[in-house]
Amino acid sequence: MNEQVTVALARWQDQVFDLLRRHGVTQFAYVPDAGHTILIDRSIADQEAYSIALTTEEEGVALLAGADLGGARGVLLMQSSGVGNCINMLSLINAGRFPFLTLVSMRGDFGEGNPWQYTMGQAVVPVLQAVGVTCLRADTPDEALAAVSAALTMVFQARQAVAVLFTQKLLGAKRF
Amino acid sequence: MSSFKGESSHTPIFELDRREALPALIGRHEDFLIVAGLAGTARDIAALTQNGANGFAMGGAMGGACMIGLGLALAQRDRRVLVVTGDGELLMNVGALATIALMNPPNLSIVCVDNGHYGETGYQKSHTSLGTDLEKMALGAGIKLTRTVERAADIPSGAQFLRQGNGTVFLLLRVHTGEPPVYKRIWDPVANRTQFQAGLLGK
Repeated sequence: MNEQVTVALARWQDQVFDLLRRHGVTQFAYVPDAGHTILIDRSIADQEAYSIALTTEEEGVALLAGADLGGARGVLLMQSSGVGNCINMLSLINAGRFPFLTLVSMRGDFGEGNPWQYTMGQAVVPVLQAVGVTCLRADTPDEALAAVSAALTMVFQARQAVAVLFTQKLLGAKRF
Repeated sequence: MSSFKGESSHTPIFELDRREALPALIGRHEDFLIVAGLAGTARDIAALTQNGANGFAMGGAMGGACMIGLGLALAQRDRRVLVVTGDGELLMNVGALATIALMNPPNLSIVCVDNGHYGETGYQKSHTSLGTDLEKMALGAGIKLTRTVERAADIPSGAQFLRQGNGTVFLLLRVHTGEPPVYKRIWDPVANRTQFQAGLLGK
């Protein structure tokens, strides 16, 4: 990745973080992931927000339900492989009509070189839809900002469960 | 404080009756926002609070109770949050203890009602009947304030321990396999959430 691309990447992800904070998101839960580095680092640096490192992504699903019970807003940052770890816990979101926002950095789609990533990467959309989570894809920085903005309204006004998928067209495929 | 203090050969004592020990341990339940696990602990808390607005009980999504408690504790720093869950429910997502230890909110207490069995599915033995010690796992996860209560004499100091304000508390309550109270709990999670939020947030 050259320097110019890195700068462009930093700009839109910083904007996503600022957008989340402006909408009152205070709990940032994640399993460490290269695609979400900027959001994770911004959450660690933010003294007004909680940065919550998880051992598995499903913990984040339950955490966000607890946040809502207490009147707070959160987001789960994960990679596509982590979606598979969340499925049964999403019963809590679906059955309890809890608001749920996740940003998913995609692997196993556009230009992926690691065969291990394809199973979950290709399963993300059908599996999430099967448990009541609406998926919004973002292939460009503009689409990413628009999708996160739309998702914030869908989740916190309409109590929907929404996943914004940051595709490998947007993030670039990891080199091996 | 740990109860084992080098007693590597301590044999767990599953003697207390949950219907007496848990209410005695919790005391005034209104002091807490309570998240209950599945099955037995959902009935324990439904009976104790009379399905009160300070309780939210799981009916599925096994393994989520402790993390709901963490999200709630971070959202409500001025309120004391109590998670009451069973050994089976906790074992399903035991890594959550490590996540909770990292955050260490001082307003969060976890009580694991450990009867060493999966009561809801026919009382098969759980790992805690067979050598797993969840207090040691909590300690190993990094939770500094841990304790095991397995005798009636331990309950009063256990009740005080739950109300400590120095960090997240983990208390393992060992009980026998007697049934939880017979009480009609709330099964609809939307109704339960709505009642809880109305009580806490006025919405």
